[in-house]
Amino acid sequence: MTAKSLVTIKGVKDGLVFLLDDKSDFSDVLHDLRAKLEHTSQFFSGPIVYVDVKLGARSVVDEQKTALVEILRQRGNLLIRSIQCDAESKPQEKGYQVQTLTGIVRSGQVLRHEGNLLFLGDVNPGGLIESTGDVVVCGALRGTVHAGVNGDANAVIVASLFAPTQLRIADVISRPPDEWGVKQAQMEYAYVREGQMQIDKVAHLHRIRQDLNMFKGV
Amino acid sequence: MGEAIVVTSGKGGVGKTTTSANLGTALALQGKKVCMVDTDIGLRNLDVVMGLENRIVYDIVDVVEGRCRLNQALVKDKRFDELYMLPAAQTKDKLAVSPEQVKDIILELKKEFEYIIIDCPAGIEQGFKNAIAGADAAIVVTTPENAAVRDADRIVGLLESANLGSPKLIVNRIRPNMVKSGEMLDIEDVLQVLNIDLIGIVPDDELVIKAANSGEPTVMNPNSKAAIAYRNIARRILGDTVPLMQLHQKKGMMTKMKKFFGIG
Repeated sequence: MTAKSLVTIKGVKDGLVFLLDDKSDFSDVLHDLRAKLEHTSQFFSGPIVYVDVKLGARSVVDEQKTALVEILRQRGNLLIRSIQCDAESKPQEKGYQVQTLTGIVRSGQVLRHEGNLLFLGDVNPGGLIESTGDVVVCGALRGTVHAGVNGDANAVIVASLFAPTQLRIADVISRPPDEWGVKQAQMEYAYVREGQMQIDKVAHLHRIRQDLNMFKGV
Repeated sequence: MGEAIVVTSGKGGVGKTTTSANLGTALALQGKKVCMVDTDIGLRNLDVVMGLENRIVYDIVDVVEGRCRLNQALVKDKRFDELYMLPAAQTKDKLAVSPEQVKDIILELKKEFEYIIIDCPAGIEQGFKNAIAGADAAIVVTTPENAAVRDADRIVGLLESANLGSPKLIVNRIRPNMVKSGEMLDIEDVLQVLNIDLIGIVPDDELVIKAANSGEPTVMNPNSKAAIAYRNIARRILGDTVPLMQLHQKKGMMTKMKKFFGIG
């Protein structure tokens, strides 16, 4: 046995809580978990017990989660009620994160970005901004912007001067029809509704993106 | 030490060579010691536009490969004593020289000349890299067409990443009548996209073609509007403040009088 157990099992009034160590390697944790379940076979072979798994600060990918569930399922009487980790709740605590960049994206240049981007400058024809989140261009958007590159169809594209060559959100591609044309002093944004690219004035952005909504008091 | 200025555009046929020839000549007209360098190896033109084709003995590739000294390859202009040209080779291609070799040549020339005008080939490949290697500053030439502006934008981006930031812009071949009728991009449209400093505008002028064919830079002909434009640009390079050329014809006396009497 290791000096410090990687898996701690606690009994609560309506089931068991498995606390998994979040510092060590995940495969070690699984190994330890498997060993524990095997060594205390009698304890886990009674009536159905609800199980909550707590991962601590560790964030797991789907395969890791599946492996974990597989091990627990080997015991017929363990019913997994939840798998929680602290990391999941963290981004929500931070709120809407945005990074600000300045410059000009010229023809042939590609700006790749993770997360939400506030770009102060122009995107020229032939230039491309790709971002996993929202893209806000404070300047003239004459080139192409691809928001939600990894498939986030809720992403939006906003620009002070909205004259793009092409827009992409997740896997929806749209060429600006003529009627988009640059209207006077109007800031616009693009979003996806029912698989179609839609354009609206920026004052209506809060209607589709509640998460960006700001509380203004009374 | 002199200053090396590369004249580039990305797109072909917008007037890089014409601009190089005329700026070189205009600077010489101002009494400066100037050398023009043609880096368009394989498709050299600067010598033809300057009317110096038949004086070429050695070229830039001969210098690089050690067949002659740099001074031997320089062709002296027939009009000015202080104007020289280093021709490109016609038989090789762009890969015959490397950016480092061009840089060394430009560095050598800067010791002797006040201005070095480098004529860049079209494209963004080796030829372009060669041309900008030794340059201290860049002039981007474009015409008021979307395709040319697009390529100019690409070039500006590449110049910025090569630390040749803040290049100057020449908008070439403007047709005032077409701009007026909205058929041609106007200078504002071009500047809005490129966002760089304008150093001059050159109106479209048939005399330029005539001059290029006769191997006599336009700038020598004081009757040509383009010549005045090039002279103005040369003065701006020297640091003078020269207002931009007025492209639209001034109203005649009769029109003014009619307007004065309210019948125009």
